[in-house]
Amino acid sequence: MSGKRLKKRPVVIIDCPEEIPCNPCETVCSQGAIIIGQPITNLPVTDEAKCTGCGRCIPVCPGLAISLLHYDYSPSEASLTVPYEFLPLPKKGQEVFVVDEKGRYLGKGNIIRVIPPEKNNRTSLVTFSFSKKLYKKVKYFVLKRENLIDETRKYEPGKK
Amino acid sequence: MEKKANVLVIGAGPAGLCAGIETGKSGAKVIVIDENTRPGGQLFKQIHRFFGSEQHHAGVRGFEIGEMLLHKCKEAGVEMMLSSVVWGLSPEFRAGVVREGKRSMTITADKVILATGASENSLMFPGWTLPGVMGAGAAQTMMNIHRVLPGKRALMIGSGNVGLIVSYQLLQAGCEVKAVVEILPRVGGYKVHANKIARLGVDILISHTVLEVRGRERVEEAIVGRGDRNLRPIPGTERTISVDLVCLAVGLTPLSELAWLAGCKFGYFPLLGGFVPLHNRGMETTVSGMYIAGDASGIEEASTAMEEGRLAGVGALESLAFISAAEADSRRKEIEQNLLMLRKGPYGDFRHKEKEKIYSEWKKVKEKAGGYH
Ligand SMILES: Cc1cc2nc3c(=O)[nH]c(=O)nc-3n(C[C@H](O)[C@H](O)[C@H](O)COP(=O)(O)OP(=O)(O)OC[C@H]3O[C@@H](n4cnc5c(N)ncnc54)[C@H](O)[C@@H]3O)c2cc1C
Ligand code: SF4
Ligand code: SF4
Repeated sequence: MSGKRLKKRPVVIIDCPEEIPCNPCETVCSQGAIIIGQPITNLPVTDEAKCTGCGRCIPVCPGLAISLLHYDYSPSEASLTVPYEFLPLPKKGQEVFVVDEKGRYLGKGNIIRVIPPEKNNRTSLVTFSFSKKLYKKVKYFVLKRENLIDETRKYEPGKK
Repeated sequence: MEKKANVLVIGAGPAGLCAGIETGKSGAKVIVIDENTRPGGQLFKQIHRFFGSEQHHAGVRGFEIGEMLLHKCKEAGVEMMLSSVVWGLSPEFRAGVVREGKRSMTITADKVILATGASENSLMFPGWTLPGVMGAGAAQTMMNIHRVLPGKRALMIGSGNVGLIVSYQLLQAGCEVKAVVEILPRVGGYKVHANKIARLGVDILISHTVLEVRGRERVEEAIVGRGDRNLRPIPGTERTISVDLVCLAVGLTPLSELAWLAGCKFGYFPLLGGFVPLHNRGMETTVSGMYIAGDASGIEEASTAMEEGRLAGVGALESLAFISAAEADSRRKEIEQNLLMLRKGPYGDFRHKEKEKIYSEWKKVKEKAGGYH
């Protein structure tokens, strides 16, 4: 990702690494910033320059694989917007734990915005902030730390 | 009581509903029959958004796809018979039906479309009969249909899409998922589904299996262990996990007893779930006038089930002369194009190949029997 584009405004991040028959992200983006084409098993390719950061693609993704990263949320913090399908919903200002792709604790974060589930057919969008230093690793947040397990995990999402 | 129809569709899942819509809207008298109180098959417990393209309702939740299909069935004038089990089917297409567990009746039809879906596989290990050990699909029905939490701490056996999705839904329902164990050295389902639960802290233990489940009256703990390359447990790797629910997501088997009864020829296709009634590209079995669609014709997905249901419907319509051969061909062409698209990629290619094998086996059987009738 080009550093400059990342700084201007939120930009879409897609973590969809397998050729599965799926393309609603492409269909919903009116900016043409996500391209899959034919066949629909192609991997989605994003065009950061075209992405306005509107976030419309996030809730339509059945893989919950799309998020929006805002590197310059504040001088010291970045923010991430993710789809969230759990209750209770977090509240604005609430402190949360930010985690990596394997659920490992990275640090603390704060809820900035919650778009309730009614707006997007039962998928909430939650934006949370965290230290800029963590921006490459943060994938999600959790409310309770005891849910997290230690580092002796066997599953490596990167390897298959 | 006796009833007659042009087309009898058995099973009201995505395949059966689409077969009903296709045949009903072209004027055939159609009965769709299902044992449940609600039509929709698997769809009604699928609270997650589905994959696919726009035309397969991608991004829409499964139960909403079910509602859409139901609405279209009504518009197409399809008669829906619920709480009705088909217990027998003769080669002359007389179906024996029990309604609401008491009244019995027969339905005679010109054409039959079998869309009975699949059943969950089981797995045997010491303790597998303890209350608290159940199919992942059963757990899903308890949660999403009956709103009963099947347990508080779960172990999922199997990391295919069913295991991964039901794990996620258990988390949504407020159950802790302690681990997902997978005997193979890799995760079976889509990586995006695995990522959803991995980032929430669920352990996915590959090359692991369940060895034993213990408990006095019900499940109290499960013992898992690592397996070697030949899938045999390695002594000394056992671990105990404290759980009260063990869900089995170890595959599905096509539900096709009625095809056996009607005299269809079968073939063994383990990649599609086991014994499958042989069929041609138009979903007709070796018994002329009898079609099969959806998981019953080989385990796939709702999107392919819908297309296959339509294909079967087109075949029935053509042979009943509700549509011309040219019209049937043009509808088939479009549907086959869609199926081709859905059977691509690392999760689709093998299904395409297996289906091609089924079609050619069907041809062999028909040729042996002396031409196509
Ligand atoms: C957890 C889970 C998640 C899934 N997620 C997806 C997904 O995201 N995308 C996707 O495309 N697919 C998904 N699928 C797969 C999809 O649900 C199935 O492939 C699809 O439902 C198969 O459709 P079908 O019509 O063949 O069978 P079913 O939906 O199983 O319907 C068959 C119906 O026939 C009835 N029946 C059977 N025998 C009789 C009889 N003798 N008399 C009367 N009625 C009978 C059954 O009760 C049932 O209602 C998922 C499946 C599961 C279990
Ligand atoms: S955030 Fe908006 S503009 Fe950017 S890719 Fe998604 S839908 Fe398109
Ligand atoms: S909608 Fe999500 S899962 Fe589907 S192709 Fe786009 S990013 Fe991948």
